[in-house]
Amino acid sequence: MAHALGPPVVVLRDVAKSFGAAAVLQGVSLTVHGGETVCIIGPSGSGKSTLLRCINGLVPVSGGSITVAGREVNDPALDRVALRRDVGIVFQQYNLFPHRTALQNVMMAPVHVLKQDRAEVERRARALLAKVRLADHGDKYPGELSGGQQQRVAIARALAMAPKVMLFDEVTAALDPETKKEVLVTIQELAGEGMTCILVTHEMGFARRVADRVYFTDGGVIVEDGPPSELLEAPREARTRDFLDKVL
Amino acid sequence: MTDLPVLYPPRPVVARTATSWPWLLAAALALLATAAWGQGGARQTTILEALLRWGPLIFGGFLFNVVTSVLSMALGTALGAPLGLMLIARRRLPRGVGWSLTQFFRNAPWLVLLFYVMFLLPFELHIGGVTIPLPDWAKAVLGLSLPVAANVAEIVRGGLQSIPEAQWSAAEGLAFGPFQTIRLVILPQALRRMLPPWMNLYAILTMATTLISIVGIQDGLTITRAAIAAEARPDLMLPLYLYLLLLFFAYCYPIALITQALERRLVVRG
Repeated sequence: MAHALGPPVVVLRDVAKSFGAAAVLQGVSLTVHGGETVCIIGPSGSGKSTLLRCINGLVPVSGGSITVAGREVNDPALDRVALRRDVGIVFQQYNLFPHRTALQNVMMAPVHVLKQDRAEVERRARALLAKVRLADHGDKYPGELSGGQQQRVAIARALAMAPKVMLFDEVTAALDPETKKEVLVTIQELAGEGMTCILVTHEMGFARRVADRVYFTDGGVIVEDGPPSELLEAPREARTRDFLDKVL
Repeated sequence: MTDLPVLYPPRPVVARTATSWPWLLAAALALLATAAWGQGGARQTTILEALLRWGPLIFGGFLFNVVTSVLSMALGTALGAPLGLMLIARRRLPRGVGWSLTQFFRNAPWLVLLFYVMFLLPFELHIGGVTIPLPDWAKAVLGLSLPVAANVAEIVRGGLQSIPEAQWSAAEGLAFGPFQTIRLVILPQALRRMLPPWMNLYAILTMATTLISIVGIQDGLTITRAAIAAEARPDLMLPLYLYLLLLFFAYCYPIALITQALERRLVVRG
């Protein structure tokens, strides 16, 4: 997309992660600049979700280094609250808190973690719900909302922490085609406003329209990367071609 | 999910037992009445007289059982809840300690634990310059609360673990700490699931409080036995014990009904 790239916000250098004997990530390096939208594509089990979860420290890495806004994630003395304030994450299964209303879901972290003023947080939360087109749904419980609506609440909830980077972990994989679109439009608007976004996705059409850069991962490594027009239209690697032939 | 049997009781069996209880008891009563009738008119009035004479005393003893059950449940829950948290701790040490305590007290006979506490503890404690008396009833409450605590720990563990892992990830991603996550996200959802097995445990505890009569505390059972001994009339045994049984039934059966209602509501929502 057509915005100027800012300084690097997320830098991964030679990141490795193994669960027991299973090596999921085997030396991944990538740099995401401020305002950039990056899509990570690849077959299931290629370590895409693990990669995302390493960035906000949900999964500790086994080797290499990750810095987010200049903060080393793989540091035992890491300020986790500060890191997670900078990095918002949205999951495939929305993971809203079912015992709280949509509005309360959005307000919880700023009020309880950041100890911000409740009235001020509520004003911001309502604005965020309006932004994801759910202004009238604030008092509903997650169980009363459709999948697409729940996912947009989850996006608003992550945005309430005013993050510098947003991670999206296959956020449309559990949605039907119509609701998929409303979520993708929301993410596209966010990207258009200059939010740094990293998406793990199977939406090739979305990647082509919105991504500044696409990474193809397989077997725990980045096989190739480039602008969507190049990677998706004219991949250099046989493995990428193979994968794209199957999904497109 | 949980492997805690008490969390998922065999629903149909519970329901069948519970609904057939009143009928069973009515049948037992009828049987008893006919037995008394067959023994002649004079005997029948003495049973009634005996019940009138001893009933209030036995009822007082039964109230002591109720108080003991409430106190043991309160103490057992206060001890068991942190124990349950230890069971899901990430670090090995608290988890190991919690696991050992829970397994030990869950797999020991309640009566033996009761004996142990009764005879292990002195009748008063000296802490600094303060002397705290330890009456027998206080020791009995403590003795009963130990197995309760272990069972509460398992209920808490099962309830907390029944909440999907994704809720933890979501909370962690929003910078919640582990205790904040439990307090704000996991516990409010898990409490609803813990309530039925917790009430079930309470009903079991209430009935088990009659164990304290063995260690010489004047509870409902002790007084009933004293009454039978005082009357020196073996034929009074059945009506007086039945009276005591009915008192417990009248107290515990509604708890079983409420527990079932709660479980049904959970099933509908889940």
